[in-house]
Amino acid sequence: MAEARSDEINSQAKMRRLRIWAEPWLYLSPALIFIVTVLLLPLVIGISYSFYKFSAFHSEYAGFDQYRALAADPVLYHSLSNTLWWTGASLILQFFLGLGLALILNRPFLGRKLVQAVVFLPWAVPTFLTGLTWAWLFNPLIGPIPHVLYFLGIQSEAVTILASPDHAMWGPIAANVWYGIPFFAITLLAARKSIPTELYEAASIDGATAWQQFTKVTLPFLAPTIAITVMLRTVWIATFADLIYVMTAGGPAGSTETIATYIYVTTFKALDKGYASAIAVLLLVLLILYALLVIQLRRRLLRDF
Amino acid sequence: MVGKSNLRRAFEGTGLYMVVALYVIFALFPIYWTVKISVTPQNLLYSEGIKLWPSKITLANYRSVLAASDFPRYFLNSMIVSISTSLLVTAIASLAGYALSRFIFPGKVWVSLLLLLTQTFPLVMVIPPIFRIMGQLGLTDNLYGLIIIYTAFNIAFATFLMQSFFDGVPKDLEEAAMIDGCSRFQALRRIILPLTLPGMGATVAFVFTAAWSELLFALMLINSEGQKTFSVGLLTFIGKFAVDWGQMMAASVLALIPVCLFFAFLQRYLVTGLTAGAVKG
Amino acid sequence: MSSVTLTNVSKTFGAVKVLSDINLTIADGEFMVLVGPSGCGKSTLLRAIAGLEEVSGGEIRIGERRVNDVAPRDRDIAMVFQSYALYPHMDVTKNMSFGLVLRKEDPGKIKSRVDVASGKLGLGELLSRLPKQLSGGQRQRVAMGRAIVRDPKVFLFDEPLSNLDAKLRAQMRTEIKALHQSLNTTAVYVTHDQVEAMTMANRIAVMNEGVIQQVGPPLEVYDRPANIFVAGFIGSPTMNFIEAVASLKGKPVAILNDGSHLSISTKNVKAGQKLTLGIRPEHLQMATAGLAGEVLVVEPLGMMTQVVVKAAGTHVELMVLERTDIAPGAKVKLATNPAYIHTFDRATGRRIE
Repeated sequence: MAEARSDEINSQAKMRRLRIWAEPWLYLSPALIFIVTVLLLPLVIGISYSFYKFSAFHSEYAGFDQYRALAADPVLYHSLSNTLWWTGASLILQFFLGLGLALILNRPFLGRKLVQAVVFLPWAVPTFLTGLTWAWLFNPLIGPIPHVLYFLGIQSEAVTILASPDHAMWGPIAANVWYGIPFFAITLLAARKSIPTELYEAASIDGATAWQQFTKVTLPFLAPTIAITVMLRTVWIATFADLIYVMTAGGPAGSTETIATYIYVTTFKALDKGYASAIAVLLLVLLILYALLVIQLRRRLLRDF
Repeated sequence: MVGKSNLRRAFEGTGLYMVVALYVIFALFPIYWTVKISVTPQNLLYSEGIKLWPSKITLANYRSVLAASDFPRYFLNSMIVSISTSLLVTAIASLAGYALSRFIFPGKVWVSLLLLLTQTFPLVMVIPPIFRIMGQLGLTDNLYGLIIIYTAFNIAFATFLMQSFFDGVPKDLEEAAMIDGCSRFQALRRIILPLTLPGMGATVAFVFTAAWSELLFALMLINSEGQKTFSVGLLTFIGKFAVDWGQMMAASVLALIPVCLFFAFLQRYLVTGLTAGAVKG
Repeated sequence: MSSVTLTNVSKTFGAVKVLSDINLTIADGEFMVLVGPSGCGKSTLLRAIAGLEEVSGGEIRIGERRVNDVAPRDRDIAMVFQSYALYPHMDVTKNMSFGLVLRKEDPGKIKSRVDVASGKLGLGELLSRLPKQLSGGQRQRVAMGRAIVRDPKVFLFDEPLSNLDAKLRAQMRTEIKALHQSLNTTAVYVTHDQVEAMTMANRIAVMNEGVIQQVGPPLEVYDRPANIFVAGFIGSPTMNFIEAVASLKGKPVAILNDGSHLSISTKNVKAGQKLTLGIRPEHLQMATAGLAGEVLVVEPLGMMTQVVVKAAGTHVELMVLERTDIAPGAKVKLATNPAYIHTFDRATGRRIE
C-alpha cells in the first residue's frame, strides 16, 4: 500500500517537473520554429552551396575550390577594405551624432516631444528610399548639395560626388548616417534615462564638472548598452547592400563595392551562387568573430562594474 | 543648478536650441526636398531645381501616380504584408520575450545567442536557398511567402524589445495572480500584457517599418504586378521613369506617409519601454 | 483552515543550501512568524509553502494533503506581498474580486465577500480607486482585502509592513493581529523585525542560514533562547554578551576577563569551560556592589534611559526605568540576579541549562 502511494507521488512529481522544465520552451517554440525553418535551414543550405560550382543546368561538387578562388580574388580584398571604410565611417559618425542627440533630448526644452518625433523619422524611411533620396540630393540637376559644395569651395565644380571614384563612398555614408542616428539616439536615450539622478547630484556635490560627470557617471552606465548597440549596428551596416547598390551599384570602378554588394552582384548578375555563398560564409565568420568579441567585452565591462 | 550666471544660462539656452535646430534640419531636409520636388511643376523643375520652394506648386504628379499606375495596388499589398507581419511578429516575440524575461533555464544563453545570430546573417546568402524552398512550397509570387520570411527575420530584434519591456514589469504581479488562481499563461494574458501594451505598440511600429521598407526579398520572390509591394513598385517605377523626377518624388512621398506617421506616434513608447526595462538590466 | 506541516524540507540553489532540513508544524488557526536576518531563508520557505519555489527535498502538507507537486493556484492559499503586487490597471474592487472571478464564483457571493472584507479593513470609500491613487497604507489594506476575500486555508505574509513608516507599521501590526483573531485562519508571517514577531505571533520560528534555530511562543524564546544567535536576535535593545570562563568552587561561578566573578544559575558546566554569558539590558542595575564600570554614553528615551557602560572589557548596555542624571565618565557598579544570566557554551553557542 505504502509503495503504491509513493509510486503515485513519484509519478506526480515527475509530471510536475516535466511541466516546469517544458514551460519556457513552450513559450519559445513559435519563435524557434520560425527561425530554424526559415533562417537556419536555408543558412545551412546556403553554406553548402559554397562547396559547389553552379552552371546553367547542373552543379558539381567543388570542395574548397570556391574558397581558393576567393583567396586569390583582388576584388574581394578591395571590397573588404571598402567594407571596413564604409562600416567604420558610418558607425563612428552615427554613433557620436546619435549620442549627442540622446543627451540633448534628455534635457527638457520647449517643443521637445515634437522635436523627438521629428528627429527619429529617418529610421522610418525605407532604406532603399533613403539611398535614392540622397542620390537625388547629390545630383546637380535637382539636388542642392553639389551646388553648396561648389559654393563652399570644397568642389571645383558642381557635380555629383557619386561619380568620383575617390569620394563616391561618402554618398552612401552620408545617407547611412542620416538613417542610423535615430537608432543610437533612441537606445542611448533610454539607457541614459535609467541612470538615477542621485548619482549626478552626488557627483556635483563632490565637485565634478559636467565633463567629469559625463565620463565618470554617464559613460560607465551606458557602456553595456553602447557595446550591444554598436555591435548590432555594425553587423547590420556591414551586411547592408540596399543602400549602396541603389546609390552607386558598387561603382564607379568598384570604389563603393563592399562585401555585401559584391555578394549581391555575384548572386544576381554573375549568377554564380557557389562563389557568392563562399563570400557570404567569409562574411558570416568575420561577423560572428566580431560579435563574440563584443560580447566578451561587454561581460568584462559588466563585471568590473 | 545654482551658481550659473544668467548670461551663461541664456548662452547655454540658445546654444542648445541652435544644436536642436541643426539636428531637426538635418533630419527633415531630405524628406522636405523630396516633397518640394514632388510639388514642382514639370516646366519649372530644372530652372528652379535648387530653390527652396517652387514659385508654383502642383499636385499633378500625385494625380498621375495614383491614377495612372498600379500604386494603389502596391500600397495595399504592402499594407497587408506589413500589418500581418508586425502583428504576427509581436505575438511570437511577446511569448519568447516573456520566456527570456521570466524563466531561468538551461540553454537560455544559447537561445539568446541564436537570436543574435539571426541578426548577423548576410541576407543575400540565404536568398537562393529560400527562393528554392519557397518555390517548392508554392509560396513564391505570393504575399504569404513574404509574410513568413519577414516574420522570421524580425523575430530576434522584436524579442529583444519585448524582453526589455517585460523586464520593466515586477515579477510579483504574476505571482500574486498565480496565487489568486491563474495559470501562468492566464496571468500573462490578463495582468502582464495590458501593462506592456505601449511596448507592444512600439514593437508593432518597429516591425511595420522594417516590413514596409523591405526590398530584396520582395524583389526576388514577387514577379506578378498584382502581388508587388510598394518598395518593388517604387523601384520599377523609378526604373521606368528615369527622368520624371516629379512623379518619382511623389511616389516616394506616398511611400513615406504611413510609415512615418506610425512611427512618429509610437516612437516614444520605445524610449519609455526600453528605459523601464533597462533599470532591471 | 488547515495546519501546515513541513517535514525535512530542504532547498539547494546551485551549490548553495538555502534551506536545510526544515521541520515545522503550524497548527490550525495559529499565527506563526518566521523571523531572521536577511538571507536566512525565511522568504524562500514561505514561497515554498506558496508553491512559488520548488523544494529539493522533503514534504510540505497543507492539512492532510501533500502539496509538493500542486500548483500555487490549487493550494487554496492567499499571499500578501511586500510590494503589495496590486494589479495596476484594476480598481480596488476588481483587485479584490479577481481570485473569485477566476473561479467563476456567483457574482452575488463575490460582492458580499468584497463588502465584508472592505468593511473589516475600512476600504469602503476607496473601492473604485486605482492602486496608484492610494497611499502605502491603503494599498497594504487592499492587498490584505484581496487575501481575505479568498477565504483560504492559509494566509501567507511576506514582510508586508517593511515599506511603511514606523508609525503606520505599529498601527498595522495591531490591525493584523485583530484581524487574525477575528478570522482565526492559519497564518505564516515572514519578517526581519523582531518587534513584529514578538507582538503578533502565537509562536516564533527563528531562522538563520537556512536552519530553524528555535521554535516557541514569543516569551519563551525571549526568556530561554536556545543559542547565542537567538539570544542576540530577539530582544531590543540587544542582549549583552560577556565572555567568561567557568569555575566550580562549590557554587558555579563565571570568571570574567577582568577577573571579576559572577554567580551563574546553572550547574552543568565544566571547570575551565569557555562560556559566553548573556544578560538583557533590563536585568542589569546600578548598585552599590558588583561589576565595576565607567559610563560611556547616556541615551534618554523618554520613559527610560539607555546607558552604555564599559565593564569587564566590553561594552554593556543597561536600561534605567527612570530619568537619571548620571553622566558619561561616572564610575558605577552593575549588579544582576543570577537567574537572569543566560549561560552559553562559547564554542557551540548553545544554551547551557
